[in-house]
Amino acid sequence: MNRFAELLDRLVLTPSRNGKLKLLSDYFCTVEDPDRGLGLAAITGDLNIAAVKPAMLRALVAERMDPVLFGYSYDYVGDLAETVSLVWPTPQDSIPNREPTLAEVVEKLQSASRSDGPKVLARLLDNSGIAARFAIIKLVTGGLRIGVSARLAKQALADFGKADVAEIEELWHGLAPPYSDLFAWLEGKTPKPENAAKALFRPVMLAHPVEDSDLAKLDPADYAAEWKWDGIRVQVVSEGGVKRLYSRTSDNVAGAFPDLADAVDFDATLDGELLVGSPSATGTFSDLQQRLNRKSVSPKIRERYPAFVRCYDLLQHDGEDLRGLPFRERRTRLEAFAEKLEPTRFDLSPLVAFTAWPELEALRSAPPHPIIEGVMLKRWDSAYVAGRPKGPWFKWKRDPHTVDAVLMYAQRGHGKRSSFYSDYTFGVWSGPEGGEELVPVGKAYFGFTDEELKQIDKYVRDNTIERFGPVRSVRADRKNGLVLEIAFEGLNRSTRHKSGVAMRFPRISRLRWDKPAAEADRIETLQALLD
Amino acid sequence: MRAKDLLCPSPAGLYCPPGDFYIDAVRPVKRALITHGHSDHARSGHQAVLATRQTLDIMALRYGEDFAGTTQAAALGETTDINGVSVTFHPAGHVLGSAQIAVEYEGIRIVASGDYKRMPDATCQPFEVVPCDVFITEATFGLPVFRHPPDQEEIARLLKSIEQFPERAHLVGAYALGKAQRVMRLIRDAGYDMPIYIHGALAKLSDYYQSQGIDLGVLEPATMESGGKGDFAGAIVIGPPSAFADRWARRFPDPVSCFASGWMRIRQRAKQRGVELPLIISDHSDWDELTATIHATGAREVWVTHGREEALVRWCELEGIAAKPLHLVGYEDEGD
Repeated sequence: MNRFAELLDRLVLTPSRNGKLKLLSDYFCTVEDPDRGLGLAAITGDLNIAAVKPAMLRALVAERMDPVLFGYSYDYVGDLAETVSLVWPTPQDSIPNREPTLAEVVEKLQSASRSDGPKVLARLLDNSGIAARFAIIKLVTGGLRIGVSARLAKQALADFGKADVAEIEELWHGLAPPYSDLFAWLEGKTPKPENAAKALFRPVMLAHPVEDSDLAKLDPADYAAEWKWDGIRVQVVSEGGVKRLYSRTSDNVAGAFPDLADAVDFDATLDGELLVGSPSATGTFSDLQQRLNRKSVSPKIRERYPAFVRCYDLLQHDGEDLRGLPFRERRTRLEAFAEKLEPTRFDLSPLVAFTAWPELEALRSAPPHPIIEGVMLKRWDSAYVAGRPKGPWFKWKRDPHTVDAVLMYAQRGHGKRSSFYSDYTFGVWSGPEGGEELVPVGKAYFGFTDEELKQIDKYVRDNTIERFGPVRSVRADRKNGLVLEIAFEGLNRSTRHKSGVAMRFPRISRLRWDKPAAEADRIETLQALLD
Repeated sequence: MRAKDLLCPSPAGLYCPPGDFYIDAVRPVKRALITHGHSDHARSGHQAVLATRQTLDIMALRYGEDFAGTTQAAALGETTDINGVSVTFHPAGHVLGSAQIAVEYEGIRIVASGDYKRMPDATCQPFEVVPCDVFITEATFGLPVFRHPPDQEEIARLLKSIEQFPERAHLVGAYALGKAQRVMRLIRDAGYDMPIYIHGALAKLSDYYQSQGIDLGVLEPATMESGGKGDFAGAIVIGPPSAFADRWARRFPDPVSCFASGWMRIRQRAKQRGVELPLIISDHSDWDELTATIHATGAREVWVTHGREEALVRWCELEGIAAKPLHLVGYEDEGD
């Protein structure tokens, strides 16, 4: 249990992706079965343990210590799981020879009935040290919150077994904790596990962005063009009655879209874009957000924001794997297939006819629908392959929006950047003439070179007016201030931000040392983009 | 004679009216008795100072030879008479030279413990329990959430991380007096014998520790010799915590920031400071040590100086021991 607890503690404080991967693959390497597989399942969210409510945890502590002292402690720490793990009194009479393993903890928690759950939990806490207690409480209260996605955990498995992450993703949904067969294969001890499970995820094909010099080398006749829709990429799989909606990273999101899942009446694997509204009236990305990251959806929300899929590709049909066929042929099959689908829930992503690049460029710059974010180029003869191969597919996005904003706050970075002020909050002007004020509209921490980072860092240190822990407030008024040109993909309404807007994917595109702060943009410029 | 007439709080620090002296005075006074060399307890400018030899040496290193009018070294366990009040220094286990001060007059004994810890520490003499009527205790970590783990476990995590990330430098933030040298010593005891690189602010005090027979191994300045960032890959660099947020830290390759402090027990504290590898190593007593020590002294009354007084006072009430906070000002309760 301690090894798992230590892993959680290190992951939550390690900012870099490579650091996390190293910690995870070392864990898989040094911990044996079944503990490592259970640890993996806990991280990917595939471990089923009956949840314990915070109130029950408090009740357990109340039986064991003075409530006033607990109150002081909780006030200071601020996190219930952490407070309980620290103050839990170790019983003097029954000090165990060794602490329980993760497998023993999971076994006890899973086999506990509802009524004796609290007693089982208390015994486990009695027999564990502080770090292990914290991990146990996190397991039973649900949600580790350690900043590791299932996708990252799979990448760590790939690193550990020198395998391709696509292979692991394809296998994943047919496997179950503690994944002993998966580890045996990754360690080269057994052949790859056979996948008997139905409706598995097929690793997604991705595109490279078009670079300046690319198009000159490409023949327009070799490529089909298609609008790039701004929803979320989704894979609809239905096989032998098992239906799944996978995100690009192989998470099954069917639970959040029961309306869509109900309309699946075929045996096939489709690649497409999940959007809301209806095929004839496509909703915006902020409408779509109403339905994302929810475990369950109320009927009201479902009615207001119905989901549908705009189909891009057909990967499998009636047991036949089509991925090896050229795009031209898959597209023909898809067109025939799409005709038979429920028309309020599925439609076909139209191709964009063109003969020369400048013609397509014109179409890309003025797309017919606001939720189009550019065009996709797909070679007519390309097979559907996992990952992001260079050549067969390209994405050619609309140019980003830009706005000139003024630097307001700077926060120290992490890891390599821990001595630099590298995370910037910026604002634009609002208020009447003569009474202008900056209102923050976003935060960005990339888009600049190392040399520019040094310059901004120096500017921040030289122009600090206030410090709050790791954050510095920077001089910013009509006469003084650093203007940053911010590029962003879109704008949503936000009730959470004072400015009323939230940027999508903001980054710093240029430093405008030359521009006076007073000439930065006003909030009205952004508001105009909302409608 | 009542205890509060023997020692009482005053704006300049804890004052003894019959002996006419102060303990750990925060302003210049005529006669100061000093428990240990941390700057909030040991200040310069007093007319006369009584402290252990090592505390006097440390003060001279920090403030210059003329830090006080006159100085007198107190030998541990030997009683000195000051205006009829008996004063005895006993080891406190906090940092090198640290002492508790027992003050005895007309049959009442009060022990002012300064800062103290009970966990073994190879860089200073262990705490000695002194039975007394009134025990004056600190409460820096006076909450039941503070339970310090064995320090070897923390150092083992540091050494494991160095094996896992050999391409990165490990920067360990540690206070210049006591903590830094204890960390060095623990690293040596764990079998690590490569040079340890140190920030300039640590050099004098570390040399002094070595001169007192505490072997810290080979220490080298953390300056750039050949100019390559690879110079410190896989190395341990120790410096004061403030240095790592500064431009000084940029010379190191993709550093892992570590911080050796009792505060690292709280995850949010580590997160706020951007600490990647918290090392829970403290020179103060944790909750269990504070409560065990109060019991061990047999004191019928406890006075709590700086830190989280309310929880410790509450605990004493529950145990049937009279307790009150002293509300002394001028001591940092954040340092560790």
